[in-house]
Amino acid sequence: MPTMRDAFGLALTGLAEERDDFIVLDPDVGGGTGINVFKERFPHRVIQCGIAEQNMMSMAAGIASTGLIPIVACYAVFASMRAVEQARNSIAYPNFNVKIAASHLGLDVGPDGATHQAIEDIAIMRAIPNMRVVSPADPVELRAALEVIIDHYGPVYLRTGRSPVSTIFKEGDVGFKFGRSLKLREGSDVTIAAAGVMVKRALMASDTLHKMGIQAAVLNISSIKPIDKTLIIECAKETKAFVTAEDHNIIGGMGSAVCEVLSQHCPAPVEMVGIKDKFGSSGDPEELITLYGIDDASIVEAVKRVIKRKR
Amino acid sequence: MDNKRLLELTTIAKKIRSDIIEMNYYAGSGHPGGSLSCVEIITYLYWEVMNISPEIRTKADRDRFILSKGHSCLALYAALYQKGFFKRDEFKGLRKAGNMLQGHPDRLTTPGVEFNSGSLGQGISFAVGCALGARLCSLSFMTYALLGDGELNEGQVWEALMFAAHKGLDNLIAVIDYNKLQSDDFCENVTSLEPLLDKIKAFNWHVLEVDGHNFYALEHAFDRARKIKRRPTMIIAHTVKGKGVDFMENSPKWHGSIGLSKEEWNIAQKSLF
Repeated sequence: MPTMRDAFGLALTGLAEERDDFIVLDPDVGGGTGINVFKERFPHRVIQCGIAEQNMMSMAAGIASTGLIPIVACYAVFASMRAVEQARNSIAYPNFNVKIAASHLGLDVGPDGATHQAIEDIAIMRAIPNMRVVSPADPVELRAALEVIIDHYGPVYLRTGRSPVSTIFKEGDVGFKFGRSLKLREGSDVTIAAAGVMVKRALMASDTLHKMGIQAAVLNISSIKPIDKTLIIECAKETKAFVTAEDHNIIGGMGSAVCEVLSQHCPAPVEMVGIKDKFGSSGDPEELITLYGIDDASIVEAVKRVIKRKR
Repeated sequence: MDNKRLLELTTIAKKIRSDIIEMNYYAGSGHPGGSLSCVEIITYLYWEVMNISPEIRTKADRDRFILSKGHSCLALYAALYQKGFFKRDEFKGLRKAGNMLQGHPDRLTTPGVEFNSGSLGQGISFAVGCALGARLCSLSFMTYALLGDGELNEGQVWEALMFAAHKGLDNLIAVIDYNKLQSDDFCENVTSLEPLLDKIKAFNWHVLEVDGHNFYALEHAFDRARKIKRRPTMIIAHTVKGKGVDFMENSPKWHGSIGLSKEEWNIAQKSLF
């Protein structure tokens, strides 16, 4: 199975063959973020910034001011926390055309443990004006999204990932648009809104639920900001219950973004599957997701709970 | 520089000082001390060194000035006004809702401003990015950055210095407005910077030390800096905080965010002329 970071490196390389308007900034983690394949093919289009994320982030804005599009490839913890004030004041506030591609998200990081497991990045980045937040579900969608992100003028935070993932989409089968989500599975009893690695688990949960006679719609919330309000409201009217699923703290993440739409436009009971406001730990991602209750079985349980709460 | 030009620059600097005082009075807050200390540096850059004017402000090859010590924007605004970037009426709206001149520079609202500085340490990194971008895009412009001395407390500054020297960015010239005073107290009492020259030299920059209020000294420094190859230059400019206004000079009280009373404004204007 491919990893999202490898898919990111390959997608960058593919796009770079066609266009020369972007470069990549690397804080000495090229192996970790998946950009080494790009670096081998286009060594002159990678700026080695050293382990100095704060300087890198502000510098990216300076480079953008000369017309190039810098793509900062960084671990999510450092992109969204160590250098967040630079992302805010150097990039988002002056609205410079910088893309931030973050790997190492949530429990998906695995053995490196809590210091490197970003479980707050969505909450942080989506609270910054001008900043868009994207979390593709698989390598195919990531490739489609990357091109749209580079074409868009303005700051974007793109989440990739570290561990191998199953592909969901067939090549050429999926496009990407800001503010649009896709309904991957129809269902009338409940809607599961998922992001990133959790989309596959939501689909697995939906299969299990189907066997139990529960029809669960599945939404892929890859554009977390802007979010697809129309589709969320439509699904809330149809199913009258939601489960959100993310490899992120349940505070402030994609689930919260969905709840913001629901509570304002079409209130419905919600169960949130995510990390319950505690730090991660070392381990194999597959073990960790069970330990922390974000596996497909946890989504099934959340669906059962929310259906009981339906009016 | 001949005597005539020296006199002209001196007159421009006086007008800038007077405008700083005026803006600060209207706004009722702001950072007069650090704005007054960098007047000659900004004057010399905008009138003698840089290729910049309202007509070319969006051209790719314009020279860049990054005010890394963004709180001293009163001096920048006064210079941009005199250069014709915006009208004098804007002074009265400084720091007030719905107006162009923000409490710290905003490139999206104010013509001539290159970067939204104010969060210390970020401007120098941005300037390094401009210089590197120029090289990547084969553009021949120069980037000038002005840092505060207190700003050097920020770790990000030293990341930027290390990186700029590593890349040999000779299209970058930075100036430290070394007025010896930071927000609450003298630099020496907060976190001593000395030996400053040795520190920056050790980061592999070409370093010059000048009297930051002397136009001849600034001329000499910028002339030399622009001839240096394969290394960025740092000009340590020794200045006086609050320069030109007797009761503000060397007083931590006038760092900011503080506004002049009408009486203080009158005394300050008299002390300038």
